[in-house]
Amino acid sequence: MCHQTVSLVARYLEEHGLPTVIIGTARDIVEHCGVARHVFTDFPLGNPCGEPFDTGMQRKIVDASLELLASATAPRTTIQSPFTWSKGEDWKELIFTEEQPFLEGEALDNWMAAKAKYRELKEKGEV
Amino acid sequence: MDYVRYIDRTRDYYLSQGYEKPYEWAHFDEVPFTPLQKPLSECRIALVSTSDIAVKGDEDEGDPAEQLFIGNVYSIPANIPVEQLYSHQEHYDVHATSLDDPNSFFPVTRLQEAASDGLIASVTERVHGVFTAYSHRRTLENDAPEVLKRCREDGADAVVLTPV
Repeated sequence: MCHQTVSLVARYLEEHGLPTVIIGTARDIVEHCGVARHVFTDFPLGNPCGEPFDTGMQRKIVDASLELLASATAPRTTIQSPFTWSKGEDWKELIFTEEQPFLEGEALDNWMAAKAKYRELKEKGEV
Repeated sequence: MDYVRYIDRTRDYYLSQGYEKPYEWAHFDEVPFTPLQKPLSECRIALVSTSDIAVKGDEDEGDPAEQLFIGNVYSIPANIPVEQLYSHQEHYDVHATSLDDPNSFFPVTRLQEAASDGLIASVTERVHGVFTAYSHRRTLENDAPEVLKRCREDGADAVVLTPV
């Protein structure tokens, strides 16, 4: 949902005259929403701008996004970062499965608690 | 291997977990587009992220309901040393990676370097966080206009946006 939120914000900024580029890892969510410019990095959710502590890779991805701001001539322009995840691609098969649930333990508890609180506020008309 | 289709994957997963109604992902046929108005090397660039980026030592980590469902916008100074930044976001692929390096999802140092090298003119004084709202309308009617306002106040010519 993070990808959807940045996509919605980017669309709003574009509508109001501010050029944008998204650097993301969930290509389908960004393209389903529809945005002006998009650098897709085929990495696990969490590191769209390059592998942790690989400053050279991060710089290349960020520079490519900046160059895309200038070079794109039409909306829905997606380019793909030329990198593959250094630890292999097993993560692609495991994400959102019984074996590797997206949220578990404390993270799942926090999510359920936040959801309950949101419902409570919504019933009171406070959100 | 082809890229992961998260919309299909999450629908199948949550159906298997007993959720009946699949989440409705935002979709639009029309896509707005604004060309860059000046050469990239003269542009001031803003950074906006949904990564829950935060400053160490700010003990108040905020309202979890706000961060996960309600939405909101906040700003931090762009020149803050990256060592002072962290994310307490829990919604990423914890099995495959970490958020230990802020520049892997909030590339504020890399943007400053691009400015030092002359690829862009500068980074705006503030960079911004947006909390994800469950409601698309909340994001479009409250948070996106607030981001636009702050970017304009800072004289941004273009915006880089990063999710986690």
